[in-house]
Amino acid sequence: MSTNTQRKGFGSTLWGFLTTVDHKKIAILYLIAGGFFFLVGGIEAMFIRIQLSEPNNHFVSAAEYNQIMTMHGTTMIFLAAMPLVFAFMNAVMPLQIGARDVAFPFLNALGFWLFLFGGLFLNCSWFLGGAPDAGWTNYASLAMNSKGHGVDFYVLGLQITGIGTLIGGINFLVTIINMRAPGMTYMRMPLFTWTTFVTSGMILFAFPPLTVGLVFMMFDRLFGAKFYEVAFGGNTVIWEHLFWVFGHPEVYILILPAFGIFSEVFAMFSRKRLFGYSSMVFATVLIGFLGFMVWAHHMFTTGLGPVANSIFAIATMAIGVPTGIKIFNWLFTMWGGSVKFTTPMHYAVAFIPSFVAGGVTGIMLASAAADYQYHDTYFVVAHFHYVIVGGVVFALLAGTHLYWPKMFGTMLNEVLGKITFWFFLIGFHLTFFVQHLLGLWGMPRRVFTYLPGQGLDTANFVSTIGAFLMATGVTIMLVNIVMTTVKNEKVSHDPWGDGRTLEWSISSPPPFYNFKQLPLVRGLDAYWLEKMEGKDGMIPAEPIGDIHMPNSSFIPFMISLGLFIAAFGAMYHAEHSNWAFPLMFIGLLITFGSMFLRSVKDDHGFHIHKEELMNDNKGVEV
Amino acid sequence: MMQIEEKFTFETWPASPEKATLEAKNKFLGFWLFLGGETVLFASLFATYLALKNRVPENSHMALAKDIFELPLTFVATMLLLTSSLTSVYAIYHMKNFAFKKMYLWFGITILLGAGFLGLEVYEFNHYVHKFHHTFTSSAFGSAFYTLVGFHGGHVAFGLLWILTLMIRNAKRGLNLYNAPKFYVASLYWHFIDVVWVFIFTVVYLMGMVG
Amino acid sequence: MKWLAKWRLVYLIAVLALFLTGCGEPYLSTLKPAGEAAKMEYDLMKLSTLIMVGVILVVTIIFVIVLVRFRRKDDRIPKQVEGSHALEIIWTVIPILLLIILAIPTIMTTFKLADVSAMDKKGTKALVVNVRSHLYWWDFEYPGLGIVTSQELVVPTNEKVYFNLKSLDVKHSFWIPAIGGKMDTNPDNINKFWLEFDNKKANEAGNLFYGKCAELCGPSHGLMDFKVKAISRDKFNAWVADMKKVKKAQLAVSASAQEGQAIFSKSCIGCHAVTPMNTTPMTAHLAPNLSNFGERSRVAGILPHTKEAIKDWIRNPEKYKPGNHMTGKYPKMSEDQLNALADYLMGLKVQQ
Repeated sequence: MSTNTQRKGFGSTLWGFLTTVDHKKIAILYLIAGGFFFLVGGIEAMFIRIQLSEPNNHFVSAAEYNQIMTMHGTTMIFLAAMPLVFAFMNAVMPLQIGARDVAFPFLNALGFWLFLFGGLFLNCSWFLGGAPDAGWTNYASLAMNSKGHGVDFYVLGLQITGIGTLIGGINFLVTIINMRAPGMTYMRMPLFTWTTFVTSGMILFAFPPLTVGLVFMMFDRLFGAKFYEVAFGGNTVIWEHLFWVFGHPEVYILILPAFGIFSEVFAMFSRKRLFGYSSMVFATVLIGFLGFMVWAHHMFTTGLGPVANSIFAIATMAIGVPTGIKIFNWLFTMWGGSVKFTTPMHYAVAFIPSFVAGGVTGIMLASAAADYQYHDTYFVVAHFHYVIVGGVVFALLAGTHLYWPKMFGTMLNEVLGKITFWFFLIGFHLTFFVQHLLGLWGMPRRVFTYLPGQGLDTANFVSTIGAFLMATGVTIMLVNIVMTTVKNEKVSHDPWGDGRTLEWSISSPPPFYNFKQLPLVRGLDAYWLEKMEGKDGMIPAEPIGDIHMPNSSFIPFMISLGLFIAAFGAMYHAEHSNWAFPLMFIGLLITFGSMFLRSVKDDHGFHIHKEELMNDNKGVEV
Repeated sequence: MMQIEEKFTFETWPASPEKATLEAKNKFLGFWLFLGGETVLFASLFATYLALKNRVPENSHMALAKDIFELPLTFVATMLLLTSSLTSVYAIYHMKNFAFKKMYLWFGITILLGAGFLGLEVYEFNHYVHKFHHTFTSSAFGSAFYTLVGFHGGHVAFGLLWILTLMIRNAKRGLNLYNAPKFYVASLYWHFIDVVWVFIFTVVYLMGMVG
Repeated sequence: MKWLAKWRLVYLIAVLALFLTGCGEPYLSTLKPAGEAAKMEYDLMKLSTLIMVGVILVVTIIFVIVLVRFRRKDDRIPKQVEGSHALEIIWTVIPILLLIILAIPTIMTTFKLADVSAMDKKGTKALVVNVRSHLYWWDFEYPGLGIVTSQELVVPTNEKVYFNLKSLDVKHSFWIPAIGGKMDTNPDNINKFWLEFDNKKANEAGNLFYGKCAELCGPSHGLMDFKVKAISRDKFNAWVADMKKVKKAQLAVSASAQEGQAIFSKSCIGCHAVTPMNTTPMTAHLAPNLSNFGERSRVAGILPHTKEAIKDWIRNPEKYKPGNHMTGKYPKMSEDQLNALADYLMGLKVQQ
């Protein structure tokens, strides 16, 4: 298998990616696909801000606006933030624990292709009669009332994507539990690995309720069931519960890995071990638990009664405590450190005030009675953008700069990186800060326009200017990526010079088997410990021997493609039964046929032999 | 770590073949986690069923839970499924003892019992539809009932096909460390289905009949 | 670093300037509470903001010190500190205390706002309004008084008004920002809550508050506005008496209006009632009740209350409220017919 060092044509590179089960290549796939959807969602955001830049604007129609607004939220959460988080988990987590791959390389690939086909399916709606238009929350009464197939695209697309995410979550859990290198105890795991662990656990328990809610809606809209039909005894509040039992943990599913990335950044560029490591781990786990007990704070105005509202208000406030612990631990990681302001560190530093602002408005929202005023206004829009952009997106941008050399072997330009940062930071606060006020001044969210004479004009215009600054920042980053890729200046294994964890001890990018010899981990920040003793590599935990690796496979692609085809069949079965039913059947046949094939065909993988490894100078050096 | 392709005898066969290799360990743990997710899935279905139980269109005089369920039928079905769980335990017992033929015998019985259960369920659904006009689309109650019980039935059908496929595929090969974990997780799945049924029997049928 | 500080300063000033532009409009803003419920909620907002600004200050101070003092100057390796139990206890306990300070009034207010026992008492004198939301318009019934109005709610000031809220199509949310928080109108069940309108504040706001739909309900969600006329109890009683007097459709006065009435009786009355009595159940109301249309402040909830606006609206409602249920339900009108209809509608007044 030393063929991977030879030059390949485009065709074989493509085939390599289509069939890969290597977590590092899958990470690149997630990064590309997630990045693409991030741009799509960003363009949708720009449409929204242009439409709202002045009262009574007609840049887009009301119906188009609802589609754009719905797809902006859905795309950003499911198709951009989630896969980008998964990209870093795949790229970094196995390296951080000293593993040669994830536990289920095949399922890893399957998870990606399911996500991608689900996302493509969802976006096909733009060309096939209109996108979903009931908001990313897709509340049942409105969704049932929505004409056309938009909501069907949402329901089917998210089911496919959701299965992919669930598979990914199980995979990471097993990887972390079973495949840590010798000496890598739980309390020596880097914090990004810890957050990956807790996040994956949350995915496992949060996604099934969403799937159930989506299945009900699919049955209702496409097969005549009556779950949400009030006239037939149905109940639309069930959707709200199922959605938020998923939806609230989802927020933590996104933010915890962001916390993980920042924990790495703060420690690296302060040259200090993370302050209060064990309390950070404890806080992460606690947030994971509490994340499941607060969903009804999204439903304070639904009419659940004062008892339920009070309980959920207190549970929500309680989450503020572990989050606060984290903020102070980060600050004190920098305290007394030697802080270097690299691009990732810029994001990390800016994250603290931005996220604290989002966090405190979260506590304000938790106060149920006051939330009756905030709920469904621009105040909420401002709050969750502060949390998700100020937290998750900042982390993803920081992670992109931080891990780019590890994933591609070359560094993004630091000057352009910092320019991007300043545009993005200023644009971000300009866009979203005023939205707090807009909400308090009486502007409901999700309005396609507003009338003049309500005191809302100036702030909306300011917000739009901010959005353009953010777009400028992202554009500069794209330029940076292109320039960096063209130049392709190779870097060493520890390009930042401050690497602390195992991923920085092996070449950039790592060989496809990651570690020639599994490293021996002697403490937290394993690589840093060795560096402090004057070594430039890890102590191996085993002699050089044969390495067992999984075979590539095209089956994950086929399984996902089959569901993609079947979803079209299911959607059109009512009005075009002559071709839609066969289509559904063919799709399911492809999926289950591929699964059957996987099941009956033995796949034992292959071995890289000792002699080949000896000649390969990458990986762990003694 | 043992090699996957290795040939075994009764003496060399490890005590826990389902966890003897890293791949097997991963599969074992991963499948348990998957069942955790499945539990949440069924919990959501149960919660919805309880919320929509007996919710039919107003003034429609549609059949309710207390009108349609019959204890003898579901009791027989329950017995079939519970017994099949026991027989799958025997199968795994023989798998651990490297008794390939006996394992096949007990898995075979498991499949027969499971198929019997499925047959009864099909009869039962058919009965409700024709006798009471209680259908998937007639009311929220109908949708919730058929979805919950049907999801379980779908799991039973999938489990049957799964075990059957494994048996056909490995009929001539005998046990090794590559297929032993596969048989093991299939039996785990079967137990899970059984546990879910115990809850369905209690929540849907017993609680349904008392009103 | 200097220019970073500078930027922050510019930014702070900009934010401050925005703050100083005011707290929004008195008829719309939650920051200008004009009733007991809004006042209670506003107090909670102030309390939580105060606590949170405290938290932000502490974080900012540490943050700034860190940024100034601990920049990398040389290649030294800082001391690797594991943590500090004392500090960790401090920043665990203090937030808990702060949250308790916030949680207690939150719970008290939540229960107070949910207390609707007065409306359910037998023989209650409390004013109850049944609110029914429809795709892009609001229907209000006063069950105790036997009258119905739409789009413009009329309420007495300085007393609690109780609401029964339900939707007759998709979910909406009933919100009068200056008066109090919102409550969803679910299609599944009736929600109840109360609001109170302060007389002095109402006068300051021109006795007309803006109401909004706060839950996404379709294309025209953003245009599903209503108005609330808050007047003294005496004036309210007079209004009720006047409404009750109208037993059957009023007769138009001018010739044009009479022609308009004829058109209305042919093309519009199938959906729009022009008598304020609640003789039919609310589920049978297909479109806004127009009994006192001439006394309202907006056409279709959003357009200025002029003859031209009425004509524009009838000509093409889709242009002003996309997705509404009125478009296409009546024949095309000529310019003369539109004039006549507008004259008739403007003349629909109950108070002389």
